[in-house]
Amino acid sequence: MSDTKKHLSDVEKVNLAGTKAKGQRPYFLAQKQTEQALSVAMSLAMELSVTKERLASLECLLADKGIIEKGELDGYQPSKDEVAKRSLETQAYLARVLRIMQQDKEELESNDPDMQTVQDALTKW
Amino acid sequence: MSSNALPSWDVLTKHAVFPSGNHDEVARLNFLTHLNVHLSNQILPGVKTAYDKQVKPAIIAQTGSEPTSRHDVRKHMLNNGYFQMWSALRRNTMEMRHQAARSQVLGQIENIVEKVDKACEGNANIQLDSSVSIPPNVGSVDIHCQPGCYYQEYFENDVTVAASYDLGLFVTTAGLLGALSDGGGQGIANWLKTQHPDFSPKRILDIGCTVGHNALPLAQHFPDAQVIAVDVARPSLRYAHARAASLGIENIQFVQANAEELSQYDDGSFDLITTSMFLHELSHQSLPKILKTIHRLLADGGLNLHLEQPQYAGMDVYQQFIRDWDTYFNNEPYWGPMHELDLAKVFAECGFDPNDLFDVGVVSKVDEKIFGKPKSDGEDYGRSPVWNAIGLWKGQSANNGAKKSAKNSAKKNANMSENAA
Repeated sequence: MSDTKKHLSDVEKVNLAGTKAKGQRPYFLAQKQTEQALSVAMSLAMELSVTKERLASLECLLADKGIIEKGELDGYQPSKDEVAKRSLETQAYLARVLRIMQQDKEELESNDPDMQTVQDALTKW
Repeated sequence: MSSNALPSWDVLTKHAVFPSGNHDEVARLNFLTHLNVHLSNQILPGVKTAYDKQVKPAIIAQTGSEPTSRHDVRKHMLNNGYFQMWSALRRNTMEMRHQAARSQVLGQIENIVEKVDKACEGNANIQLDSSVSIPPNVGSVDIHCQPGCYYQEYFENDVTVAASYDLGLFVTTAGLLGALSDGGGQGIANWLKTQHPDFSPKRILDIGCTVGHNALPLAQHFPDAQVIAVDVARPSLRYAHARAASLGIENIQFVQANAEELSQYDDGSFDLITTSMFLHELSHQSLPKILKTIHRLLADGGLNLHLEQPQYAGMDVYQQFIRDWDTYFNNEPYWGPMHELDLAKVFAECGFDPNDLFDVGVVSKVDEKIFGKPKSDGEDYGRSPVWNAIGLWKGQSANNGAKKSAKNSAKKNANMSENAA
């Protein structure tokens, strides 16, 4: 049962986090692409919420410690290493936001039966 | 703090193999928890309104009568815009939960696997069997949309799916399962403590244990008992063992086995056999085989208890339809078929006396200081910490000399004398 692979690469981890569940995905809206856009919007809504919370935390910490002046963030220039780190983070971020397309691609590649077929097979006495 | 505020994921008990969460990971899980609560408290009631004001009148106008089955309701609701949006959001939120949880786990998976390996090495409380295969009811689709289900391993000795399941339960239930997501098991233990304080099982079997969260409260409540917890999923069992060991619980053995067989255990060798939210993940092929196994393994006078959601019989068609959502749209293909079974008949065919069957309400018991009180009116159709336990004391009716009237065997609900909700 256990896969013989010894470890996962960083890119494999990003893809595995967003992989689709086995089984055909239902779509509810009149146009599938509209629902995919909704999914993108909801992921963005989550990330915006997370970011707002992080900024709030940061501001609390900085204010508590008296470390920065108000407005200092606007003039910040990231270092080369910091830019590289942000690039990797942005790649993972985009994979998260566009998960629905990764899963649609996987569904196109898969041969999952429809739910009624599965239920019929599971309900034979 | 406002009484409407939800607990943070961060209040969960951090056992040794529980995935840690950094600032943004915790914020992500908390966002999704709030989104789930918003969808069920604010948006879901509108689905009933859309049914009452738009869909049901249209069905009556079209056919001349009210819908007679949940399938009729579903067929028409699928064309309703409000239902479409709620469903799209609900499905997507489940997928977001899995991505968030898996991303968090995969970021620290080597560390978790190292701890699990160490806990499992040479320990008799974890018994694996590579000959156990994944049955069709587990392998046909990834149940509740969890990629990899309970059993997939992405590299040698991987436990990603188990750790991800453990940390994500909070998100769907908004913390109402408690600090160890063990509200179901706590509910059973509490029911036994208050309703059957003299019951003292020596051997307990928990079937379909996954990460062991609902079996551990029984092991703790009966410290002198030996608990055997079985599942087919290797990574879930290995994680479950490490989880139990880190919580200092020694009287539980995790065994990789298919409960259709269990030939390694003697007839009548268990006093208590439990399952938690398990029957609806079976099939018409496996359910009777497992019930026959339970009948063989359960001692006379022993208790068999299954935590489940209530059966559909007697519910109006809308209620059945909305409870059935997960069947079609959340990869739970056996949810509907299981909930429409005549369980008394099925148990009877598997050797039990249907007069022994009872229903009892079991409510999750958690630390209300942290998590708040479970709302009795806020049920989310299968995802709230309120269960309908189906149980029986083996041979009780025969021992009591109870008369088997045709009326009683035909009407299971006549046996609801154990209701302790």
